[in-house]
Amino acid sequence: MRNLMAFASGLVFGVGLVISGMANPAKVLNFLDLAGTWDPSLAFVMGGAVAAAFIGYRLVWRFESPALGDRFDIPTSTGIDRPLVIGAAVFGIGWGIGGFCPGPAWTALPLLAPGTLVFLPMMLVGLWLGSHAKNLPILTSKGA
Amino acid sequence: MNSAAPTDFTPWMSLGGGILIGLSAVMVMALFGRIAGIAGITNGVLGAVVPMGSAPSDRGWRFAFILGLIAAPLTVALTGGTIEQTVSENLSGMALAGLLVGVGTGLGSGCTSGHGVCGIARLSRRSLVAVAIFMAAAFVTVFILRHVTGGF
Repeated sequence: MRNLMAFASGLVFGVGLVISGMANPAKVLNFLDLAGTWDPSLAFVMGGAVAAAFIGYRLVWRFESPALGDRFDIPTSTGIDRPLVIGAAVFGIGWGIGGFCPGPAWTALPLLAPGTLVFLPMMLVGLWLGSHAKNLPILTSKGA
Repeated sequence: MNSAAPTDFTPWMSLGGGILIGLSAVMVMALFGRIAGIAGITNGVLGAVVPMGSAPSDRGWRFAFILGLIAAPLTVALTGGTIEQTVSENLSGMALAGLLVGVGTGLGSGCTSGHGVCGIARLSRRSLVAVAIFMAAAFVTVFILRHVTGGF
């Protein structure tokens, strides 16, 4: 039941990515290309997603606990630290080069484009590196 | 990398798809009490294979969620939808992009979904800052690659 519901959630997310155009790197890069072949579509993806989540979250949080878990596990940290700032910048550069963020990289997998098959494993390696780098002293000693 | 062919402006499909993404984020919160951040979910799945430090132990649902993502294009195709996807054929560029996206989202604890959709919906200060930074970095990167260096 848990896994079925999780699969359904992932499927809804993925179908959203595919039909919105977010899963098409060409469309993402054109959204980011204000000075060229600008395609504003992705502003509508973000708007729709944030609006739905904003309203939905507030309805869901009226319950005491999630249906299949014991509590709502929501990030509590509020500090703007170096890992956050540097990580976001590095992610933005990578997103601007390839046009893929993590979700679309997964939905692109079964289409087997060579670029995807290179991107995805490198992303997993990067995630591993980044998750560990978060605890490096140089990044944690002082907040930015 | 310079695939600067125009794409069609699709406000309604994009809005509809966006609402589905938001709906999925709400499902994950309602069911599991978690943020639907794909980088974080992927992190959790990776933790089954290699030590991921802070990766959560509850991996089953995350694995099933990723399978749902992978099944999505097949579902769209089977229900008569069209899938438009143009991926760069510059493989070294895509390798670099993948590495940067992985490192950045691992380090910054979130991506377009975790910080972008879920974080903004929670009005998280960290996420608002992260989104402003990664959007700016992405706009600048595309500007440089397409209008300064002319692709690479």
